[in-house]
Amino acid sequence: MLLRHTPKEIGERGALTINPAKTCQPIGAMYAALGIHGCLPHSHGSQGCCAYHRSTLTRHYKEPISAATSSFTEGSSVFGGQANLLQAIETIFTVYDPEVIAVHTTCLSETIGDDLPQIIDKADKAGKIPPGRRVIYANTPSYVGSHVTGFSNMVKGMAATARKSGQKNGKVNVIPGWVEPADMEEIKRLAALLGVEIILFPDTSGVLNGPLDGQFQMYPPGGVTMDELKSTGDSTGTLALGEWCSAEAARLLDTSCKVPCRVLEMPYGLKATDRFVDALRTIAGVSVGDEINHERGQLVDMISDMHQYFYHKQVAMAGDPDQLIALCEFLVSIDMWPRHVVTGTPGRAFEERIRQITAGLPYQVNVKAGAGADLFLFHQWIKNDPVDLLLGNTYLKYIARDEDIPLLRFGFPILDRVGHQYFPSVGYKGGLRLLEKILGALLDRKDRDDPEQSFELVM
Amino acid sequence: MATKENGLPGWDPASVKEEMLRQYPPKVARKRAKQMVINQPRPDGSPEIMANVRTIPGIITMRGCTYAGCKGVIMGPTRDIVNITHGPIGCGFYSWLTRRNQTDASAPGAENYMTYSFSTDMQDKDIIFGGEKKLEQAISEAYDLFHPKAIAVFATCPVGLIGDDIHAVAARMKKQFGDCNVFAFSCEGYKGVSQSAGHHIANNQVFRHVVGNNDESKPGKFKISLLGEYNIGGDGFEIDRVLNKCGITNLATFSGNSTYDQFASAHTSDLNCVMCHRSINYVADMLETKFGVPWIKVNFIGAGATAKSLRKIAQYFDDPELTARVEEVIAEEMPAVRAALTEVKPRTQDKTAMLFVGGSRAHHYQELFKEMGMKTISAGYEFAHRDDYEGRQVIPNLTVDADSRNIEELEVEPDPQRYRARKAPEKIGELAQSGLPMKDYEGLIPDMEPGSMIIDDLNQYEAEKLVELVKPDIFCAGIKEKFSVQKMGIPLKQLHSYDSGGPYAGFKGAVNFYHEIDRLVNSKVWGYLKAPWQENPELSATYVWE
Ligand code: SF4
Ligand code: SF4
Repeated sequence: MLLRHTPKEIGERGALTINPAKTCQPIGAMYAALGIHGCLPHSHGSQGCCAYHRSTLTRHYKEPISAATSSFTEGSSVFGGQANLLQAIETIFTVYDPEVIAVHTTCLSETIGDDLPQIIDKADKAGKIPPGRRVIYANTPSYVGSHVTGFSNMVKGMAATARKSGQKNGKVNVIPGWVEPADMEEIKRLAALLGVEIILFPDTSGVLNGPLDGQFQMYPPGGVTMDELKSTGDSTGTLALGEWCSAEAARLLDTSCKVPCRVLEMPYGLKATDRFVDALRTIAGVSVGDEINHERGQLVDMISDMHQYFYHKQVAMAGDPDQLIALCEFLVSIDMWPRHVVTGTPGRAFEERIRQITAGLPYQVNVKAGAGADLFLFHQWIKNDPVDLLLGNTYLKYIARDEDIPLLRFGFPILDRVGHQYFPSVGYKGGLRLLEKILGALLDRKDRDDPEQSFELVM
Repeated sequence: MATKENGLPGWDPASVKEEMLRQYPPKVARKRAKQMVINQPRPDGSPEIMANVRTIPGIITMRGCTYAGCKGVIMGPTRDIVNITHGPIGCGFYSWLTRRNQTDASAPGAENYMTYSFSTDMQDKDIIFGGEKKLEQAISEAYDLFHPKAIAVFATCPVGLIGDDIHAVAARMKKQFGDCNVFAFSCEGYKGVSQSAGHHIANNQVFRHVVGNNDESKPGKFKISLLGEYNIGGDGFEIDRVLNKCGITNLATFSGNSTYDQFASAHTSDLNCVMCHRSINYVADMLETKFGVPWIKVNFIGAGATAKSLRKIAQYFDDPELTARVEEVIAEEMPAVRAALTEVKPRTQDKTAMLFVGGSRAHHYQELFKEMGMKTISAGYEFAHRDDYEGRQVIPNLTVDADSRNIEELEVEPDPQRYRARKAPEKIGELAQSGLPMKDYEGLIPDMEPGSMIIDDLNQYEAEKLVELVKPDIFCAGIKEKFSVQKMGIPLKQLHSYDSGGPYAGFKGAVNFYHEIDRLVNSKVWGYLKAPWQENPELSATYVWE
């Protein structure tokens, strides 16, 4: 057994986190910053955090992840990191020549209390920021929230660069939240099908799913440009996908530039995609064409064709709040039964929303967010109430193997499979892919377990 | 690339160096220039290189932090210690199962906590009011849940700053439990300049709190410990297989496939064999001073190097039976190695390699490349010190700067009861005379060809330049470098984690490595980078459908 020390009996734990269902803020900030065109993320702290974040993102995407660090030493931790950041800004612009540096903090620089806007201002006054180049920032203390919070903070930092020129640009801002590059592509495709011009930020498509063609491009062609970010202040409205990932940025645009916003759940599955398409067409004042109706119909078709295999199958899921909420709703909508739901990211609203979605089930789901919500507890729940399917990141494979339960890899990080870079999970097409994967997992298991006399050719 | 006969390919290291430095601000260029050395043998030894110095802020570095070196590298591979990271969640999360150090916990009742990540997940109120209470409670909860032999606590950056006394908490808990050793590591990431400081902090504490706790030794006639071998991809398993076959008992591996009890009784070995000089040579020194166990440098990377290391061990024990057995084993193992070489060499001969990794592998792996007829044109370490480059004779001249000063040096004295010189000084002298000096390491530079370039703490920008200008056939580094190099059409072999492969140590490992490098440098994929219309963009004639 890989997790041989995990007992079935659940005891009180107040201080020890075991097998976390979250990680720290800066990695989210780094991921978000990679969705800006020509941007070099910068980690203001010691070099270890940056090395860890780059490694994890690299393993997840199998793509180069460039990011710089202030390389704090003991001296900087005593006297503050101003000198390090000033030098870093100079080095970065001379050596790496990005259009923009997106600085985030770490626990160390936060504990010291480095004042980012003041240091950046100083760098600017000292002429360390070449004309036309920018340094943006986000505070990302990891002793608050999780990687999702860090993502949200950097997205907010991006929204802070918006300006209201007084002239509307006729576009809709879409803040997709922490989804994969393929998902960002899919959201843009859907908007184009609807005929709505959008500004999507961040946008990691074309950045983290690049080709192998003999060149290393430190700044690949994708990403939202700084000009586009600036013009988000002139958009008709903002659709924020996910309360945890995207709402803060949207609200900032509302207060700073009077761009009205709506916060939706992430468009995973039928109903959430319906709401997204409906909202987008309403804001933009367009009607939905046949292509989208066709795609929607295909998803409904697959649900109906294979319903018998989904029906009342129990699922344990771990991951991030916005994704889990939407997926949970999708599962319930096809008559699958979420049983245990865990996210390390805090938020009371999460537990309430999951309870609401699962209210019609014949049992109370186990749901927990934030402190104490870790994969150790999750595993204990599974030991007590076994399920048919696990859904979550690669770390769940240890539980999957010990308990002999199929695993659908979803979320962050996925360190041992590919596909998430290239194939979307959002939208109707993404719904088809999710169902295909769920069916694959369940039916492979059935084929393995069915007795010979009832082994089926046709399914 | 054109290759000159009997030497390195025709390249001009001086102009490559110049090109790498060109873009830097003057101060940066001056510093980096001292960390890049073109190998020209001098009558007084190796050329001098600057190493173990700070990375310049803003540089995209390969390096990690002290915590990574301590918790991740040294303490990570021991299966029966509960490792609790005291800090916010990230550090503990990223060091969870990401290093590919294998362990064999298949014995009935064996403990294995390596699949777990334990953290105090500090919150803002802990940062403000201090985290000692939470740490104490976390240790208690771990003890109640698992009753392990030992619990280790690791400080991350903010802990040092807010002043939590983790050592006091550990001592208190140890006393309270009575049957569980609790100790702590002040391995905040800002200490030192790289992972290397973390190795030192880890090893010091293991030496202080664990080594020597158990005088019971495993039976065996030729008892050694292996220092600086981390069982990545199963390297340690292969080395143990070979050692067992020779009749040599490996009491403890620091630290791969290791257990608490192995460390506790390591002082009962009769010889310490140091693999990775960088991460652990000081432990070997301390074991000698305190317990009288001498050490030699070994290298099990490369079939030839493995044979050589086995012979060194036999020479040390000076037992005819062992010597004969070692020769038998080598004779048994080598045919498979030679067969593999015969197969791959026509495809690997004269290909070029660059190695930038760690603190010993950039040296060790050159052996394997040599066996395949490949040439290492440039290499360097990520976190090694001058002695790993130039040899141990420079140690007395190393300058102690502000960053090394804060890494504790343990004062060790001979143990009044347990010190036992394993060999008389005359005997040690004789061994040195006959070609087996104790505590000797010549470093990487003397082993490299004249005209090769040695670069310390290579960064992403320089790597890109090297690949662009020199186009080696293979580049060896880590996960962060992997894909930027491969985008340029040059395969990258990870030598920290081995990508998905291994073992590469010992005889079987050598065979694995030959095949792996053959696969990488000769992969068809490198021929697919351009589409036909990109290779021949001109439409030479209007195409006419028949
Ligand atoms: S916070 Fe410090 S200890 Fe943790 S990863 Fe960063 S540098 Fe290393
Ligand atoms: S110190 Fe903080 S920011 Fe750095 S890895 Fe640890 S939790 Fe993350």
